[in-house]
Amino acid sequence: MLSYLARRLAGFVPLLLGISLVSFSVMTLAPGSPVDLMTDLNPKASPEDRIKLEKFYGLDQPLYVQYGLWLGRVVHGDLGTSFSRDRRPVVDKILEALPITVMLNVLELALVLAFAIPIGIHSAARQYSLGDRVTTVLVFIGFATPDFWAALLAMTLFGAELNLLPISGLRSIDYPSMSLLGKIADSVKHLILPVTIAALGGLAGMSRYMRSSMLEVLRQDYVQTARAKGLEERVVLRRHALRNALLPVVTLLGLSIPGLIGGSVIAEQIFSIPGMGRLFFSSVMARDYPVVMGVLMFGAILTLLGNLAADLLYVAVDPRLRKG
Amino acid sequence: MQNVGGEGDDQPAHGDAIVYGTIGDASTLIPMLASDSSSSEYANDIFDGLLEYDKTLSTLEPRLAEKWDVEDGGLKLTFHLRHDVKWTDGQPFTARDVEFGFNLIRDPATLTAYAEDYKQAKSLEVLDDWTFRVVYEKPFAPALASWGSMVVLPRHLLEGKNINNNIEFAQHPVGLGPYRFENWQRNTRFSVRSNPGYYRGWPWVEQIVYRIIPDQATQFLELQAGGIDSMTLTPLQFTRQTSTPVFARDFRKYRFVSNAYTYMGYNLDDPRFADVRVRRAFSMAVNKQEIVDAVLFGLGKPCEGPYRPGTIWTNDKLPPYPFDPGKARALLAEAGWTDSDGDGILDKDGKPFAFTILTNQGNETRLKTATIIQKRLRDIGVDVKVRVLEWSAFINDFIDKRRFEVIVLGWGLSLDPDQFDIWDSEKTGYKQFNFIDYKNKEVDDLLEKGRRTFDEAERKRIYDRFQEILYDEQPYTFLYVPEATPIVAARFHGIEAAPAGISWNFPFWYVPKGQQKYVITE
Repeated sequence: MLSYLARRLAGFVPLLLGISLVSFSVMTLAPGSPVDLMTDLNPKASPEDRIKLEKFYGLDQPLYVQYGLWLGRVVHGDLGTSFSRDRRPVVDKILEALPITVMLNVLELALVLAFAIPIGIHSAARQYSLGDRVTTVLVFIGFATPDFWAALLAMTLFGAELNLLPISGLRSIDYPSMSLLGKIADSVKHLILPVTIAALGGLAGMSRYMRSSMLEVLRQDYVQTARAKGLEERVVLRRHALRNALLPVVTLLGLSIPGLIGGSVIAEQIFSIPGMGRLFFSSVMARDYPVVMGVLMFGAILTLLGNLAADLLYVAVDPRLRKG
Repeated sequence: MQNVGGEGDDQPAHGDAIVYGTIGDASTLIPMLASDSSSSEYANDIFDGLLEYDKTLSTLEPRLAEKWDVEDGGLKLTFHLRHDVKWTDGQPFTARDVEFGFNLIRDPATLTAYAEDYKQAKSLEVLDDWTFRVVYEKPFAPALASWGSMVVLPRHLLEGKNINNNIEFAQHPVGLGPYRFENWQRNTRFSVRSNPGYYRGWPWVEQIVYRIIPDQATQFLELQAGGIDSMTLTPLQFTRQTSTPVFARDFRKYRFVSNAYTYMGYNLDDPRFADVRVRRAFSMAVNKQEIVDAVLFGLGKPCEGPYRPGTIWTNDKLPPYPFDPGKARALLAEAGWTDSDGDGILDKDGKPFAFTILTNQGNETRLKTATIIQKRLRDIGVDVKVRVLEWSAFINDFIDKRRFEVIVLGWGLSLDPDQFDIWDSEKTGYKQFNFIDYKNKEVDDLLEKGRRTFDEAERKRIYDRFQEILYDEQPYTFLYVPEATPIVAARFHGIEAAPAGISWNFPFWYVPKGQQKYVITE
């Protein structure tokens, strides 16, 4: 097991190198440079200012030198400093946005699972019943609804009309002066809309997956056997079918680990949440190369670790995979 | 706009906070390093300039400088500073601070994009703590306005530090403006508190909070729910969505001409557009008012030159360019463009008159403008395509390489009338701004003379003539100047919309005691 782990981890090194090289090339191939934003069509900026800025950011060097310098820093654990005028370390910017996005996505995933699994089981156990049809239609409506539109509708109704929930942001403006309980309640209130809206879209996929996986299992011989033994349907479903039906879902979960750090640009934009999606989008628009590379590398590492975790998890859940 | 009294007292009182919704966060609070509008907006509350344009944007008014003398036709400027100004840390503000800022912005190591105006100066000499003199190589009229807040920095806190990387001061600045820095939560909000020692008087409104809300629809919902007190409305929101009784009771809307214009520019290296008759014909084929009505819901003004309508620099004698498709066709025929093969498209030497209008992505009004122009030019028999390009590609691959026929684009307007960088024959190089290759000897002379002249009446004559030439030659078809349309909660009194906008007298806005809503503890 340990040697397997070591082999997998060693394999990451060339992979990450390749990923970083491709990311760097694609990013610098895109037209425009960080200097453009400060000098383009600004009559107060002279060509000398441009050259000065390019020199400062090291953009006057050939691309391979720029890449080499970047790689050299990263190997020493330094992701560099943002090109933005705030000149803050890339790591700071990422660590500011990351927890927010992870928290939102974990909550969303939990909400999706909490609803998708029961819906899937129910739909499979009573295939083609009225309940199955109604939930199917509902989850597909949720899936087909553009989340920015649903978000705006929900914000209008619960925020502007009924004044029940906050519209945007993660905290109220008077948060610092609240009591501890008040602070908790305030945070929960702010999370309800963004998490629910995000979960709406994910519900369909997960519940349909659960349903088909459950149907698959219910056709198996051992389920027939269990029924033939005279076990109650409830026990057949929960003890015998469910456990096996959950296996593919676990795989799906492993694969969604990297997705936890990539925030959604649209949702973060609409709800004014300063997460990873907004950070990445704005740094791409500003050609803030160090931040773009930083976010991409964070993403790459977590994707690789996520895959590894999924594989390990699979082994843990499925005894058949432990040998061979 | 009349404020409804009735709530008993209407007297100015200290207190309350104003919460603004803003699209993006700032990056730095040092004015000379800022390159985005939020940075300038925040810094504006904290710093102040030696002088500032008045509310009509016509003359410069004293601020930190009590007065200034223009000597030797503008070769020498002597500034006399106020004696009673202090930085918010208690240190006095002196001429040494300005000298420091001046040297800093001219320092080649400083990463500023605003050094050009200051490089025109030969030297700065401090005469005493509150007097200094700047000497120029040549008189340079736009330089006077450059003595705003850009060079006012506390020497005692910044001397010997690398300003490019001085994260501490850029995030927690000490200023001398109407407000003091309070708190900054990145990408979430920014707040300042009133400065009781402000030399123009303690501002009434206690606190300003900027909430970063990147989506305008979300901002609008927050406005309705009371989460923000002020935002900039879109034309649609201004005209259609804010006419309800609730809005009439709780908010006041304002409109004023903004500091940018949109134009259609012709590549003058293209022989078709080098013919002035073609350009005049196009300008006659386009109905500017129609564009303003359709694209901006009427919230804008057609313009005939590069100056803000309503300010002294606009040449009022120039009538609106006539909208006359019939005459446009006649002009084109005169230039040799006729529909000889009867396909509805004009042609000359067997080639149809067809070209592409380029504009940049992400600016819906420009795209709509181009589309309306497309229709109008089709009416006179010109086949136009519209192509939208991502900003960087647009600038680097098309503008800089002159690979365009016609563009729809905009310019911000500086308050000084100097237009040298955009129209001078010399400014046609790589990355320079006369990219349509406009060349006119008389314009060159006028622009040169204009920036060397301090006498306002004389300058006005120069730039009036300059506008006449542009009007006659139509190197651009000047289209419109959009209006800015802010909305503010009705409890704020003392607001006056002027050419300078509404914020020009912000320190004197107030909320009567009985209507005050909150002050937020950070």
